[in-house]
This record gives sequence, C-alpha cells and structure tokens, in this order.
Amino acid sequence: MSTTATAPRPESTTPSSAKGISGKPVTWRTPIVLAFMAVVALLIFGILGPNQEASFGISSGGDFFQLPAIIVPAFAAGIILSIILLGLAGWTIYLKTKGTAAPAWLPVLFIVVFVVAFLIWVVGGARTPSISLAGLIAGSVTLAVPLVFGSLSGVLCERVGVVNIAIEGQLLGGAFTAAIVSSITKNPFIGLLAAALAGAVISMVLALFSIKYVVNQIIVGVVLNVLVSGLTGFLFSTVMQSDPQKYNSPEGLPIVEIPLLSSIPILGPILFKQSVVGYLMYFAVFAVWVGLFKTKWGLRVRAVGEHPQAADTMGINVNATRFWNVTLGGAVAGIGGSFFTLVAIDSFTKEISGGRGFIALAALIFGRWNPIGAFFAALLFGFADNLQSILTIIGTPVPSQFMAMLPYLVTVLAVAGLVGKSRGPAASGIPYVKG
Amino acid sequence: MVRVLKLELRGITKTFGTLVANDHIDVVVEPGQIHCLLGENGAGKSTLMNVLYGLYEPTDGQILIDDKPVVFRGPSDAMAAGIGMVHQHFMLVPVFTVAENVALGAEPTKAGGFLNLEQTRKKIKDISDKYGFDVDPDALVEDLPVGVQQRVEIIKALVRDANILILDEPTAVLTPQETDELLNIMRQLKANGTSIVFISHKLREVKAVSDIITVIRRGKVVGSTQPETSTTELASMMVGRSVSLTLNKAPANPQETTFEVRDLTVVAPNGQHVVDGISFDIARGEILALAGVQGNGQTELTEAVLGLQERVSGSIRLDGHELVGRSVKQVLSAGVGYVPEDRTVDGLVGTFSVAENLVLDLYDKVPFAKGISMSPAKVLENASSRIEEFDVRTPSAMAPAGKLSGGNQQKVVMARELSRPLRLFIASQPTRGVDVGSIEFLHRRIITERDRGTPVMIVSTELDEVMELADRIAVLYKGKLVGIVPSGTSRDVLGLMMAGIAPDDGASQAPSTSRAEGGDHV
Amino acid sequence: MSEDKGKHVAEPAPEPADQPLSAEQARAAKADLETAGGAKEPSLVPAAAQGGITAERDSSPFRNFFAGSAMTSVLAVLLALIAGGLLIASTDKQVASSAAYLFGRPTDFLAAVWNAATQSYVALFQGAVFNPRAATVAGQFAPIMETLTIATPLITAGLGVALAFRAGLFNIGAQGQIIFAGIFAGWVGFALHLPMGLHLLLVLVAGIIGGAIWGGLVGLLKARTGAHEVILTIMFNYIALYFLRFLLTTPAFQRPGASNPISPVLDPSAIYPQIFGSQYRLHLGFILAIAATVLVWWLLNRSTLGFEFRAVGANPKAAQTAGINVSRATILVMAMAGGLAGMAGVAQVAGTEKVLTEGVAASFGFDAITVALLGRSSPWGTFAAGILFGAFRAGAVQMQVQTGTPIDIVLVVQSLIVLFIAAPPLVRAIFGLNPRRKKMATAATSPKAALPGGAA
Repeated sequence: MSTTATAPRPESTTPSSAKGISGKPVTWRTPIVLAFMAVVALLIFGILGPNQEASFGISSGGDFFQLPAIIVPAFAAGIILSIILLGLAGWTIYLKTKGTAAPAWLPVLFIVVFVVAFLIWVVGGARTPSISLAGLIAGSVTLAVPLVFGSLSGVLCERVGVVNIAIEGQLLGGAFTAAIVSSITKNPFIGLLAAALAGAVISMVLALFSIKYVVNQIIVGVVLNVLVSGLTGFLFSTVMQSDPQKYNSPEGLPIVEIPLLSSIPILGPILFKQSVVGYLMYFAVFAVWVGLFKTKWGLRVRAVGEHPQAADTMGINVNATRFWNVTLGGAVAGIGGSFFTLVAIDSFTKEISGGRGFIALAALIFGRWNPIGAFFAALLFGFADNLQSILTIIGTPVPSQFMAMLPYLVTVLAVAGLVGKSRGPAASGIPYVKG
Repeated sequence: MVRVLKLELRGITKTFGTLVANDHIDVVVEPGQIHCLLGENGAGKSTLMNVLYGLYEPTDGQILIDDKPVVFRGPSDAMAAGIGMVHQHFMLVPVFTVAENVALGAEPTKAGGFLNLEQTRKKIKDISDKYGFDVDPDALVEDLPVGVQQRVEIIKALVRDANILILDEPTAVLTPQETDELLNIMRQLKANGTSIVFISHKLREVKAVSDIITVIRRGKVVGSTQPETSTTELASMMVGRSVSLTLNKAPANPQETTFEVRDLTVVAPNGQHVVDGISFDIARGEILALAGVQGNGQTELTEAVLGLQERVSGSIRLDGHELVGRSVKQVLSAGVGYVPEDRTVDGLVGTFSVAENLVLDLYDKVPFAKGISMSPAKVLENASSRIEEFDVRTPSAMAPAGKLSGGNQQKVVMARELSRPLRLFIASQPTRGVDVGSIEFLHRRIITERDRGTPVMIVSTELDEVMELADRIAVLYKGKLVGIVPSGTSRDVLGLMMAGIAPDDGASQAPSTSRAEGGDHV
Repeated sequence: MSEDKGKHVAEPAPEPADQPLSAEQARAAKADLETAGGAKEPSLVPAAAQGGITAERDSSPFRNFFAGSAMTSVLAVLLALIAGGLLIASTDKQVASSAAYLFGRPTDFLAAVWNAATQSYVALFQGAVFNPRAATVAGQFAPIMETLTIATPLITAGLGVALAFRAGLFNIGAQGQIIFAGIFAGWVGFALHLPMGLHLLLVLVAGIIGGAIWGGLVGLLKARTGAHEVILTIMFNYIALYFLRFLLTTPAFQRPGASNPISPVLDPSAIYPQIFGSQYRLHLGFILAIAATVLVWWLLNRSTLGFEFRAVGANPKAAQTAGINVSRATILVMAMAGGLAGMAGVAQVAGTEKVLTEGVAASFGFDAITVALLGRSSPWGTFAAGILFGAFRAGAVQMQVQTGTPIDIVLVVQSLIVLFIAAPPLVRAIFGLNPRRKKMATAATSPKAALPGGAA
C-alpha cells in the first residue's frame, strides 16, 4: 500500500542517484521508542511492580513428563527485565551514535522481553497470581490460526500489488461455506475444500473489479466485506435456520495428536496436537515464505508488486499474475475461515469472524509484509486476545478492553513509523494499466 | 560464438490517433555497428525503439532480422530474437538484488521451481569481468549509483545473448565521468560483435562513438551521415533550420535591482548540495535566464525561491524582504509569479475547470473570495477575460483544464501568474511541449512583463530559448554558478559553460569528452 | 512521477497549433485525469465530480442524467435490486417447490420467483415509504418518518466520508468517530445538568468535537508520518470501540446499579425534540442533517477551504505549488469529516437511543461509506443516498415481519449497488448499452504497452 491515497509512485521505484551508496539513513526513531518503552517498563513493571509471586504452570495433566510451575517474584523480575530492556535500548542508541542501525533481531528480542515483563507484572498483580503458561500459549496459537491465514492472504495479495481489505469477508465466507458444506456432506474435508473455494471466489471478485475495471482496491475490499456479511447473514437466516440440523451442524475436523511428541510440555500441544487446519497453518506459512523468496514464482510475484513495468518488459504478464495470486490469497483466507466452524465452534453464527480479518490486516503490516513476520505478529495478537480473557478470570489491574485494543494500537504505531520502518510493496494498491 | 545479426526496419509507421510519431522510417543496422539515431526530444526515436522492442505494434511497416520479416508481440519475442533494450528510465526492481533483477523473466530453476541464482551470479560475474563492470551480483539495486544500475540493465540484455542492444538516451542521467565509461563500454561491446542502436540528441557523444548516424526529425528520417560530419551540420539536420524564431525584442532597460540571491544553498534529502552557494541579482525590467543541462540545480533553485524546498540556507531578498523561511503562500503574496517546469504535475489541477485553474493561487484573494466565501461569478468573469487576453483555446471556461492541449494549458498557467501585479516573475521551461504558435505568444508575454518593470527569471534547457529571451545568462553546473554572461555570448562559450568551464579559462582549454554533455545541447 | 506522465502519447511531437485533441487522445487524457497517468490509484471521486465549476455540473440535469453518471447510478440500483430479488427467490419455499416441476410447468416457477421477490419489495416499500394498510393517517406516514429517522445518521456520517473523499482521503473511520462523538455527547448529556437549550447545544458541540478529535488525529498522523489513512481509520475504529466498552464499565459512565454496559439516560434537556410530536421518532437531528448538507455543499463549492480540499484531493503537488498547505488541509478535512460523523453520533445518543451503549454506532459508520460512494461524494448525492439506504433499513424491518426475508438482504443490495456504480463498464455491458465498445476495441490495440520510458 502506498503511503498516501494520491501519492505519486514512490521514489524508490525510479532509480535515482539521490540514493547514493550509503543506502537507507539510520533514524533516531527506533532507539527513542525503545528507550521510552524501557523507561516505562522500569517504572511500571519494576519500581511500581507488585510485591507478589507470579506462578506459571507449565505442564498440563497428560504431559509426557511433569515440570513444576515456575514461581517468579514479580517485583524482582520486573526490575531485572526492565534493566535488560534499558540495556537493549542503550545499545541501539550506542549503535546509532556509531551510525549503524540495530540488527533486525534486536527489536524482536526487545518485544519478547517486554511481553514477558508485562506478563509477570500483570499476573503478579492479579488476585490469583497464577496462570497456566501452557494453556495461555496453546490458546494463543489456537486464536491465532485464522489470523495467520488471513494475514497470509494479505501477504499474497499485497506482494503482487493488490490491497486486500476483504480478508474479513474471505474469512467469513470461508467459515460459512465450510459449515454448510460440511453439514450437508458430513465430510469436514470437503467443507475445508469448499471454504478455500469460497475464499477464492470472493478474491476473484476483488481481482476482477480492481484489475479489469480498475476500481479503487480499497473500495472493492470494503464493499466486499459488506456483501459477504450480508450474503452469509441472509443465507444463515433463510437456509441454515430453516433446518439447523441439516444445514448448520458441520462435522468438525478431528484433532490429530502425534503420540509422544504431543506430550512435550508447552511445545507439544501447539505443534503436535492440532487440527488439520492447524497443521496446514504451519505448512502455509512455510510454503508462502519459501514460495515468495526462493522460487521463480515468488520472484515474479514480488517484481509485479514492486515495479510492474519492469516485470512487463521482461515478458511477465502483470495482470494475470495479479489475478491468480489474489485468487490464491482468497483461498488461503477461506481455509482460515473454516477454522471457525470446523474447529473452534461447531456451528456458524452471523459475523462469526468478528473483525479478525482486520486484525489479520494489522498482523500483515506489523509483520512487514513477510509471511514469517505476519505469523509472529498474528501469534502476538492471538496472545493478546487470549490473555484478555484469562486476565478477566484471574482479576488484574489492567482492564481487558485495553488488552483487546493492543493489536490495533500496535498497528497504528507501526504504520506511523514509530516502531521500525514498515514499507509495503511499492506498487501495492496501484493498478497497472498498459498503455 | 556470437550470432551475427542484421537488423532492418522497413517503412515503420506508428500513429497515436492523429499524431504521427513515426512516418515510414527505414533504418538498417549492420552487424557489429554502433548506429546512432539522432534527433530532438520528441522526434520519434523512442517510439521507434519501443516498436522494435515489441512494446508497440507498428501501424505499418516491417521489422526484418537477417532479411527475414519478424513480428514481435511483446518484449519476450524481441528478447528471443536477440534484441535487448536499456530503457531511459531503468526497468529494475529497486528492492531486488542485481542477480534477482537479471534473472527475472528467465529464471534458472532447480526442480520444483526453486530459483537457482548461482548460475545467474556466475554469468553476471563473467560479464562483469569481461567488460570491467565491477558489479556485485548480491548488491541491492536501490543501493547502487545510477551508472552501475545502467550496467545492470546492460547485463540483463547480455545475459539473454542480445546481439542488438538498444540504448535509449543512456547518458541523460549520467555524470560526465559515467558517460565516458559508458562510451568505452559501448566500444568494447562492439568489439565483441554486439550491434548497438544508440539513441541520443547529444552531438558530441554521437560523434565520439557512432559508426553511422541516422537523423530523425518529426517522425521522419532526414538522412544518414558519418560521424565526421560537422557539429553545426548535424545540428541543422536535427533541428531542421539554421535560424531560430527571432523576436523583435526591444533592448532591456534595467532599473534598480530588487531581487538578490546570496550564497543560496539547497540540500537534498540525501544530503547532496543540489544548489551550492549561488549569488546573483536581477534588476527590474531585465530577464535573467538560467541555462544548463537538466538536473544541475535549476529546479531546486526556483523551488527554493518559492519556498518549496526544505533545507535552504543563504538569502533570497525581494524588495528588501527576506524570502527564505517563508511559506509558499507568503512568497506568492510578496508578488512572485511562478510557472513550474511541469505544468501537469505542479501547475494545474487537471480535473478542475479552466476557470478554477486560473485562480489556483488567487482563490482566497479579493475579489474571488471575501473571508472564506468564494464568488463563482467573479471566478468566471476573471476566466473569460484571461481566456480572451491569452487566447486560450478551450471549449468553455468550465472545461476541465486537463483536456486542453499542452500549449493552451501553459497559457492558462501563464495567464494566472501574470494576472496580478508582480514583483518577480519566474518561469521554468515556459515553452516545453508547446506548439510553435504558442511559443511565440508566450515569449512575447514574458517580454511584456519585463517591459512593465518586473524582474524576470527564466529557466530553460533549450539554448535557443535562452538566447532569445535573456538579457543576461547565468549558467549552472552541478549546483554551482559557472558564470553570468551577456545575452550576445556565443553558443560555443555557453556550451562550454554548461559543461562547467568558466568563460575565461574556456578559451584556452579544449573541452575533454568527459565534459561533453552540455556543449552539444542544441 | 513526471516520467509517468507521458504514458499514453509517446514522444508528443511538437503539436500542430491548437488542433483539437483526437478522440483517442481525449480518451487517454480522460484516463489520465482519473488516474494521473496511471501513476496513482484510481481516484475515489470521479474526475467530473472533483471540479467545482465545470461544464458537467452546470449543464442541465437531464443532459447530465443521460450523459452517464446519474444514469449509471440508477441502473446500478436497478441491477442490485434485481440481484437481491433473485437471491430472495432462490431461498423461497414456493420457488423451491415449483422448481421441482420446472420443466413441466415453467410458468409456475417464474410466477413463484416473481412473487417471492415482489412481495418482499412491496413489504419493503410499505415499511419505508407509505403503508396503505395502517389504521390511521399518522400510521400510514409512519414508515417515511422512520426512514428519515434512520437516514439522519447515515446522511451526516456519509457527508463526513464524502468530504474526506473529495480531499483524496479514504475515511473508513466514521464508525470510530461516531463512537467518540457518542462518548462526548453522551457524557455531557447525562453527567451535566444544564438548562433547556444550552444543554442540547452543548451536547451537539461536544459530540462534534469528539468526532473531530478522533478524525483529526488520523489527519495529524497522516500529515506528519505519512501513515495510510485507511489502516489508521480501521484501527481507530476498534480502539474507539474498546475504549467505549472500557468506559461503560467505569462508574463515570455506567448506569448506577446496572450490571450491563449501559449509560444513564440522557437528561430531557439534552434530547433532540421530535419534529412531528411524540408519535414519530423523527427528531431535530434530521433538520440538522439537512443543514449539514447545505453547509458541506457550500464548503466544497463556495468556500476557499473547499477549494483547497478539492485541489489537494485532485493534485496535491499543484496545490502545494499554489501555496496551499497540504498538511493543514489534511488535518482540517479529517477533523471536519470526524465532526460530521460526530453529528451522526449525537443523532443516535441524543435522538433515537437516548442512552450510550456499545452499539451506539451500529453499522452506520460502514454504511456511511456506501452512502458516500453511491452519492458520488457530492453533498446532495450523499443526502439522497442516505435517504435511500435509510429507506432500505426501515423497510427491511417491515419486510422481515411480513415476508420473513431477513434484513441482511439490505446489506447485499447496498454493496451490490456500490460495486456496480464503481464499474460503469460492467453495468453498461449488462444492459447492452456500451456505446464505445467498437472504439475501445481499436483503442486497445493501438497505444499498446506504453512504458513510462516511452516519452524520451
């Protein structure tokens, strides 16, 4: 997505001597933001931290071997972790004075430590300062599944130069189709396939209007969300409600447990005790990443999304590439949508996707248009989502609404350039009109 | 090893609506030849090459390779036939590495569609070594200087075994040193059997490297000639006339100096000093023309006066008031009339009516507005008188300005800027892309403004225009002022100045080829 | 950008003096107008609508109608209604049973389809405009009053979206702006106790300010950091929603003694008076919506500010060169858009709902986008579109009661209308009136594959 609606083509697409050999300038933004966050952490998690012990359960009942819960003195942990944060921030400042940018992993590490500090602080301050870490993480992954698929759909579309605001609609369409097809056929796998198809069809409309009719991609996306919401709502009321037994009792996808491996504490449930959709998620992230960055297809896709004219002069059909990638993206989101009705809940309800398509969009941006980045961003947002409900149960000082707000706030910070530099594909959102 | 190809274009015609860009053009490129297509901007050279590269379908005519007719449906066909093209605006993906850019479209793969860039890297290394390109296959293109990016474009063609390489205005974006290196590369390529079609309008480069020169004017081949032909002769072939339009211009009657620029420096976002310590004055009733090759700081200089540039130091004083640090609105209110160099981008709002465009920077002034309330009647009234005064050919005052022809669009901009009492008038490229009839009209209006006692600053890359309008000529080179000379200064001296050689040492020092780019500008 | 300009005509040779543009050049120029030579996204606003005083606007409404845009709009609405009708029919039991013997008696099937669709639409009409079966005259006119009541927030929020469109900004944030307005206006309404008149005025002002802050913040972030307003407004919608949810759990906002998230009822002095007495819900907000439409029309077409907004929307570089402060315009227009959406929030809190709940914005913020698009971003077009969609909403309730057709059909029709309107060639193709088909075919072959580098 280009930075402004009316922006001329970004500078970077026209080679200019202006850039010089030195490359991108190192800004003060990241160091300042990190330093600010570190100080906040020191004040709130550290100095004003709770004087309780936070308990994190690691093993669940059926685990391979049992580990004792981790007991952390919240106050001390707050202080120590904030000092680590200060150290990391200080290092970026030092690097900046040397004129070099911080390595990419540093902000990631910072975020991880910050989240851990936050978690200890929030649990330590709760009425019952004890949560199951295993449950928290497993729940986060579960909640993240549709987000990951949604953001992968966004990656596929934006990388090829089409903005996909319709992720929400694709998830919803996938959820509905999976439910009804699985109900009728009594076969969840056909439902899964149908969900992918539904997502692809929605995407084709997006592609048709934005590529053939050169309609503003954002308009099409926004309108498609409304259309799918209306269609599924209508069919839910007319068809599904008429005979829920027949039309809205989808056969769920089984949870496939890999013996032994699934009993590993924490990692077991999230990696080896998943539904087919869950396993597909890991595969999809990997496949999209490999596809985009290691294959001929990916090279062409990225070229089309960055500099369509260049791709065209090298004999690549820009609009066909766009059309089929957007379609593929829709299929991926459709699979994500099936998670709602085939895994999470055993029936369809109106608006079952509940705005997760937009969180997926946020994850895509926060993950910097990279499948792996989007995956971790989606995990983070899934974590926030899950934490929100757990926090309400254990009773903490942080209102759960603020936890729910987090993905959106983080995204605002990301697009405003306060957390690193998010640069989408240069030609995203700009139609390619030959001649 | 190298296939020897003979390329022939026979009767190529290409029209866009009523506009005939190429009119029965015949060109034969013999194997291993550097064949130059010489012509002014807009003569039809690039259209011809886009036809040859399969980007345009010719309206009529044939392309023959080794005397066999071929039809190119797209660039892939042209590439398969051994034709490579280096576009004036590079077709490189900035965030890709050199190897990725070179591989794009013909990617070597392992099983399963996985990229195998090792092969590409090796090829790049080979070519790079062979021609001394010094290109790192793993460097990001956006980090490379323009000259190196151009080599990547050449590598892209060579990797595909191009036997005929089209270079479209390749020196337009290069520094003199880079130009020299490119000319050497071209000679090496020729020595290795590659034919080159070299498109240019810069005489010195053309003479330095070509085996044969075909001159194109207004879409037609004017003739072919040898590089030994004299510069003046080539120029007149190219332009089609030895005399330019002459204006009956009264001599200037300069009065007091009201516009002073002192030590003006403009720093680009990348830290480069695009305008570097320039000082000059303009008196009332005088036209100062800024001459120079495109991109030597003229744009930034005028933008600095208007307040569009961010990092400006030094002083710009108009009627004793400092303009540096003022907003555009304040500068305009101080009585500056400004005609930007690209009217469609900076001068007009295409979807607005002619009437609205005629008040684009006056909309909030009396009589067009009182407070924040605008008066459409006054706007239309103003429009009809301006349209009449400047002879703007438009269906109505309400027609969108974007639908007018270039000349009429420029008249709209000029009419707007000249419609109020001015203390300074700046016009960049006042007649670029404007038909001959309008050129004369616009020039007269500029002279009239001068004779009203307004200091006038003209920026033009057209030496003809500069010599015609200017009372004094200032030449910029790489952001520095080479010198200010009187209007009668000879073309040769100005040419040298445009290559950065000041008039006093220019007489004794012959221009080296490395400084050739400006001198040939006709 | 400049190099992209020459896209359609490679190497424009010196033009023959003042020759009128050829048809092909004119078409290319038009495409150029819409997309700035392909260098930018297709405009949100049709080029013809962006100019203030242009030929298209001043010509007679009839000419305009047949010339294109209005005609396309009508056909788009028709097409969407037909599609909606088919959808209704497809789930109708009568239709399903007659389909069983489709080949035996196809007329039965067609009649069933016709009945299913028309019955629903007749019910919709009766619920939205005039109900002849009502017992009293007042009851007969109740539907149109309900339509106008529902249209009120749609119009003002739609105006907010339309205004931003005209400045080149895509404001998806009406939802959040309505919520913020609701928070501000609601709090003033139930927490302060002021005299009649003054209280309501303050409620209105607070709401507008609330919306303006939320919108202006997006403008500020966009102007300062270049962040894309679409992403910002989407995120701001959710932030506003969760913020409201949080507030409704705090003592300052939650109704004393209530366990659910609901605010106290607003003071009677803070409520919009009902225009036609207590029998209809229609309130002062509708009059204010008309006033807002007039104001936005004036702002866009008769004020210097509107001139700036439109110039920035159409060509920010030229606007900047002409001395217009683009950042200021961006912030200002987003604040104003937020303020207009804020009026919708006030209409909800102080008009129809009289309390602040999580659902204060319903889906008005999203509907506003379709309203503005259908209205082609012109103030009166938005007004008309607001009433049309208000009618759909009001009528849909009646339709659901009478025929069992779910309200969701409105969303389908609404979004189809916008899709069709956005792609006039599709509509023309469906109705078989593509006047330029032949020419387009030739145009497709000639200026083929022009490259940015085409113009040397």
